[in-house]
Amino acid sequence: MINKTVQTMAQAMNGIADGATVLVGGFGLVGQPNALIDGLIEQGASNLTAVANNAGNSPESGLGRLIALGRVAKMICSFPRGSPAFEERYRAGTIALEIVPQGTLAERMRAAGAGVPAFFTATAAGTKLAAGKEQREIAGRTYVLEEALHGDVALVEAWRADRWGNLTYRSTGRNFNPVMATAAKLTIAQTQHMAELGEIDPEVIVTPGLFVDRVIHVPYGDPPRDP
Amino acid sequence: MSTATAFKPLSRNGMAARVAADIPEGWYVNLGIGVPTLVADHVPAGREVVVHSENGLLGMGPAPAPDKADPWIINAGKQMVTMRTGASLVHHADSFAMIRGGHLDLCVLGAYEVAENGDIANWATSENDMAPAVGGAMDLAVGAKNLWVMMEHVTKDGRPRLVERCSYPLTAKAAVRRVYTNLAVIDVTPSGFVVRDIIAGLSFEELQARTDAKLARPKS
Repeated sequence: MINKTVQTMAQAMNGIADGATVLVGGFGLVGQPNALIDGLIEQGASNLTAVANNAGNSPESGLGRLIALGRVAKMICSFPRGSPAFEERYRAGTIALEIVPQGTLAERMRAAGAGVPAFFTATAAGTKLAAGKEQREIAGRTYVLEEALHGDVALVEAWRADRWGNLTYRSTGRNFNPVMATAAKLTIAQTQHMAELGEIDPEVIVTPGLFVDRVIHVPYGDPPRDP
Repeated sequence: MSTATAFKPLSRNGMAARVAADIPEGWYVNLGIGVPTLVADHVPAGREVVVHSENGLLGMGPAPAPDKADPWIINAGKQMVTMRTGASLVHHADSFAMIRGGHLDLCVLGAYEVAENGDIANWATSENDMAPAVGGAMDLAVGAKNLWVMMEHVTKDGRPRLVERCSYPLTAKAAVRRVYTNLAVIDVTPSGFVVRDIIAGLSFEELQARTDAKLARPKS
């Protein structure tokens, strides 16, 4: 019997190594797997490369807290403003930053998940974010070569999950989560609701369980409305 | 420059209404964070324009009534919004495929500067910004079928924002089609800026005096 559900956060975090590249879902405060990040903090891995749209928000929780504790050596993101912990460490020179346009960030992970090693995009052509990258003219337009972005670990937040790891998301909490789930060697999902196998309509499953390794049930609050 | 003329620059809502008046029914539109977000409030009732938010919502509606607020539904500026009837949800890579694949009819962005060749600078004010933040601006600028910019005609200290060449780091090259300012609507053409219309009480010469790059008169 396939059963990807784990009962403890220690099981969920087992084996994450120092120096790992960790993909962290969420956009703003929605769809962030904060319980998993707390678990990672507890687990102890350090010298991490974190990949997310933002560089956390409050230094008291989630990715902001992971950064505040000095566990992230490098941040790959599109929008690092609004995170005091990141800004403090960036000013002090104790965290590296790779700034990536939001669509390129998403596409680099989609490419990783799809076995595409690199792709050309018009985004950032002729700007300083293309510096040092191959640029090529194709049919009269200039494109930038961008490489796939693989994670060792992906931390995602789902709305519903079953024991095979099939996932659905809630509203704009979907954001980067399904893309990141495809792009890592080890994908760990926290879910608000557990469903019996077969209970989630195959038509509405967004992330098939094939992409998911571990599921942990974290019902962290009353749902704002029914799913 | 004459100071005797009486003219009233458009307010932010006035600019938003001016932009909204030019958006045809049926267009799929992304409105950048900040002032462009106001455009949605000015699309005439009954005209179906579908607003895209790059965090994965197509068919965004206005801010919710306080008792209907749903913290799971936010826009790219991280404000709570609603979903219109007919809305759909996608993940980030698909949302940016809509943008980068040329499927959006229009994107409206704010900017620091627009150059006469259509270059746009809207993401960093200095090469030495402490922590630069680009978000989706570069994707939107190159991806939408039409890029319109909405901004004040001059900076707070009176420097023109419509320039021969951008001084700030570029968001995209030769991308802007039209600029809506608080003083005028200006097309970006292969031969440079062409004025479409000017607010009442301001002459072409007075507009030129507030603009770094050369303006051409509208063809009548």
